[in-house]
Amino acid sequence: MPLYRARVQVSLRPSVLDPAGEATRAAAARLGVDGISRLRIGKAIEVELEAEDSERARAQLELLSDRLLANPVIENWQLDFISDTSAGA
Amino acid sequence: MTLGIVVFPGSNCDRDVQWAAEGCLGIPTRFLWHEERDLEGLEAVVIPGGFSYGDYLRCGAIARFAPVLQEVAAFAQRGGRVLGICNGFQVLTEMGLLPGALTRNAHLHFICESAALEVSPGSCQWLQRYETGEVVSFPIAHGEGRYQVEPDQLRALEDNGQVVLRYQRNPNGSVGAVAGVSNAEGNVLGLMPHPERACDPATGGSDGRRLLEALLMA
Repeated sequence: MPLYRARVQVSLRPSVLDPAGEATRAAAARLGVDGISRLRIGKAIEVELEAEDSERARAQLELLSDRLLANPVIENWQLDFISDTSAGA
Repeated sequence: MTLGIVVFPGSNCDRDVQWAAEGCLGIPTRFLWHEERDLEGLEAVVIPGGFSYGDYLRCGAIARFAPVLQEVAAFAQRGGRVLGICNGFQVLTEMGLLPGALTRNAHLHFICESAALEVSPGSCQWLQRYETGEVVSFPIAHGEGRYQVEPDQLRALEDNGQVVLRYQRNPNGSVGAVAGVSNAEGNVLGLMPHPERACDPATGGSDGRRLLEALLMA
């Protein structure tokens, strides 16, 4: 079965306060990096998955993202395939 | 009349709940290991505080898939009484048994102190021994207790009487100063403060006793 590699980017929804991001932005100013108007912290999850075809891989990864990796009440997620073709095995 | 207490790897308030219920109030308890599925003979279930499965990914995100919680969800749907305290509240929101989500405290600090809470029992079965507008003191101890829902959903919860506990002085930036919410049916309650730590007058006062004593009512 082909191996699919993907990255799921999980970010807080724009309406949700990100205090850790704000603290990091304050530290950036102390470092001397000025002019940052926005800094939000999220997560990147890298996944490798075996599936019959890309359609099946996408469906599985969407289920994973929506039901486990992100909480849709407070987070958005974006799924990107790093390579759509078989990576060997 | 037996109270089930869920125990995950990483739970740390399970024995506090046992002491409060059994030691202070004489309510029999039974621990429910996370892999168990048998809720036979239980009157109510508590999901206690702690760091279930290390709280990896998000608080409560992994616990949600525990075998025991599949049964707790069915138990709640049948009208069984379920109480989620602190991490247990986070778990109940991840399960979808309660609306909203708990996020990092606005000021990033872990807070460990007593909190004054205003009670609005409404139809919440766990709070029937409190007066509307009564102020109680429960300990709080959390780093991720900032309740979050969209403004229109918060209004709906308020209109529906589901915001049953509010902080008098909002310690963590929760929307609407929400400390605890009930489901629409009133059998499921989630709260960040720890009523089980306010059941023994020797430690933390006794304002929490009536919450567990609600189990003794018909």
